[in-house]
Amino acid sequence: MVDNNRWGNFFAHLVLIVGVAIVVFPVYVAIIASTHPPGTFVRGVMPLLPGPNAWENYRTVITEGRSRAGTPPIGGMMWNSFIMAMSITIGKLSISIISAFAIVYFRFPGRIFFFWIIFLTLMLPVEVRIVPTFQVVADFGMLNSFAGLSIPLIASATATFLFRQFFMTVPEELMEAARVDGAGPMKFFKDILLPLSITNIAALFVIMFIYGWNQYLWPLLITTDPEYYTIVMGIQRMVTGGDSEPLWHLVMATVVLAALPPVLVILFMQRLFVKGLTETEK
Amino acid sequence: MQTKRMTFSSKWLPYALLAPQVIITLIFFIWPSFQALRQSVYRQGDAFGIRPPTFVWFENFQALFRDDLYLNSLKTTFIFSVGTTILSMGVALLFAVMVNRMIRSRDTYTTFLVWPYAIAPAIAGVLWWFIFNPTLGILPYILDMVGYDWNHRRNGNDAMIMVIIASAWRQISYNFLFFLAGLQSIPQSLIEAAAIDGAKRMKRFWTIVFPLLSPITFFLMVVNIVYAMFDTFGVIHATTEGGPSQATTILVYKVYRDGFVNLNFGSSAAQSVILMGIVIVLTVIQFRYIERRVNY
Repeated sequence: MVDNNRWGNFFAHLVLIVGVAIVVFPVYVAIIASTHPPGTFVRGVMPLLPGPNAWENYRTVITEGRSRAGTPPIGGMMWNSFIMAMSITIGKLSISIISAFAIVYFRFPGRIFFFWIIFLTLMLPVEVRIVPTFQVVADFGMLNSFAGLSIPLIASATATFLFRQFFMTVPEELMEAARVDGAGPMKFFKDILLPLSITNIAALFVIMFIYGWNQYLWPLLITTDPEYYTIVMGIQRMVTGGDSEPLWHLVMATVVLAALPPVLVILFMQRLFVKGLTETEK
Repeated sequence: MQTKRMTFSSKWLPYALLAPQVIITLIFFIWPSFQALRQSVYRQGDAFGIRPPTFVWFENFQALFRDDLYLNSLKTTFIFSVGTTILSMGVALLFAVMVNRMIRSRDTYTTFLVWPYAIAPAIAGVLWWFIFNPTLGILPYILDMVGYDWNHRRNGNDAMIMVIIASAWRQISYNFLFFLAGLQSIPQSLIEAAAIDGAKRMKRFWTIVFPLLSPITFFLMVVNIVYAMFDTFGVIHATTEGGPSQATTILVYKVYRDGFVNLNFGSSAAQSVILMGIVIVLTVIQFRYIERRVNY
């Protein structure tokens, strides 16, 4: 081996440990800040060691929220985020897998045309066309609803491509055998293609869930009713909703809770996450 | 475009299967984009319907390029995207090279480095905003000891540095994973051959490893620029709100503010159209790269 150099390895570990410490630092600070009473933030520098108020702070944000700034309790916002993330994920996966199936396993007039229509969505992120998209959603009366939060974000060129790539690698013989046995297209899809795609579905699920949970601009526009606030946008209301300094101990408790679900998903499904990430972006 | 050699035959089924995706795309993607195109060549009417919208050709675009605020925002976006891209890719490459040397601890380090990807840009912004808080943040405290008076509420450069760090921080995980995968696919024999020929570590890296990583580097560059230009809205909106005095107003934030806060739809639509142009160019570049990678 070329790389057997004791000092080199020591140096590499040192760089990585310092690097990891820097990467983890912002979250460490947030966790620490969420355990302190409000008084800590009035004087001097932010604390770097845990305080005594963790239970109190988390109870406050979960059950009461911050009514003065118009933020509802966190529990409700977490639930909204969860519903939104799940609807986006399941919606994206299901419409993408069936359109990929249509494109790969059928030959029909307009196939290329439809493929390009789906492809175009890749070029039109919601951020660049917010005003007209908002108008469309408003015209449909979908403001302040879960439908408005999720349906416009459901179309997905990347998921369709990934499924198409995967279907192209499925052996031809499987389909021939299914046809010889008299299976129709939907039976083939349900009994053969779907079970084969499970790993791909799971990998995409992880990516899409994080994407859905972290939506910010869209819920900010679509929801005016605190009933439908999601947690990621709720934090913005907490930091700017008032003239004084934000109540840091409560803001940071909320930040920790908002970050927890997607972080857990990544940590527990790291292999799927890496697979999903590296394959969707090709 | 390929299909299977043998296909199912049905007159209506493929259309039914494509319908949900295509309908959503038409309603929420194609139609709004078409509207943006249309609004970008109109001057909006007044709120009472006395003066109807008028067709003004490219006046909205011309107005934009005469507008110092817009030109300034273009410059801000450029600095912000380049800064974010270089910072997050540089740090990620360093981490990937170091982790790639490890054998037993590789997975542990990877776990510690991937999770920031899960943090929403808006939350990443708030976290760094707290650390940089001029009165109680830890970094201004340290900077104060070396004699620098940090204040991102007054100083535009400070604010820019803060949003770049916050945006880059979250993206390190992503770049790290791709660089690590790239490094692992480089054949060890090449590096050993160079070592036998007497090339030192740094020389091996710059003459062998780095050139072999260049396709991935290029791909990540495009992805990072797209990320910095479009996905960082949350970082800006939750922290600096484009300020102080426009110092962090990137294009995406300006489209939002001109459209929803200032209600200047014509100008906002023209800005949307320009942004769409930028995304299309970046997407085409990205796809050309993919074709190349598949072919070699």
